[in-house]
Amino acid sequence: MRRRLFLKGTLAGSAITAALGAGLLLPRAALAAWPKAVMEASSFGDTGTASGSVKIKAPEIAENGAVVPITIDATGVDGVESISIVAAANSRPLAATYRMGEGAIPFVSTRLKMSKTGDVYGVVKTVSGTLNTKTQVKVTVGGCA
Amino acid sequence: MAKSAVKLRAKAKKGIIDIKCLMTHPMETGFRKDKKTGEKIPEHFIQTVVAEKNGVVFMNADVNTTISKNPYLRIKVAGEKGDKITVTWTDNKGVTGTGSKAAK
Repeated sequence: MRRRLFLKGTLAGSAITAALGAGLLLPRAALAAWPKAVMEASSFGDTGTASGSVKIKAPEIAENGAVVPITIDATGVDGVESISIVAAANSRPLAATYRMGEGAIPFVSTRLKMSKTGDVYGVVKTVSGTLNTKTQVKVTVGGCA
Repeated sequence: MAKSAVKLRAKAKKGIIDIKCLMTHPMETGFRKDKKTGEKIPEHFIQTVVAEKNGVVFMNADVNTTISKNPYLRIKVAGEKGDKITVTWTDNKGVTGTGSKAAK
């Protein structure tokens, strides 16, 4: 069931999925799959309800806004479809969306650029709803984002 | 592109593979200006990242310009020693980079 949802939510058509599986995915096709409107939007829509079971790890004060390490851990949540990282103060708030497939553990750690002090959200989409957790990161030197 | 577009490390422990990877990429946002010419540097960033285990995709991501230069990513997947992990990225110019390794 989860696998089916993953495939459906992930790629526009099964043809692309097949191509991807066979390692034949062309760069053009991948480009088309990137949701430009969502990624370039100046606000992030539904962040769902706050939940204690989603954990976020981020520095309280980031001296360098160009490299802000963020970890989102939703290991305690069932049926996770995707994890998004949202830096609310950035001109493009949505940093990345990681979609989980078969066997993937809902855990992501990466580094962000942040233009100024603001909240960072970890938004976890599950089969039964959307959960979020947030923390504030103070940025002393902006990272041009 | 670069020699090792994705540096990868995968460690298996108690049925979970912990994957750490570093991708070599400038991640230009399109907002920065060239100091000498005053012209904007065009955006150039990774848009999608796909992670596979033994050829089966278990995670795929849409990535924005917000991610730092030379992106670091740590993810986890259920698996055992010897499973082959492959991470591939594609940027907005259609360039791809890939790296793969067997879990230790």
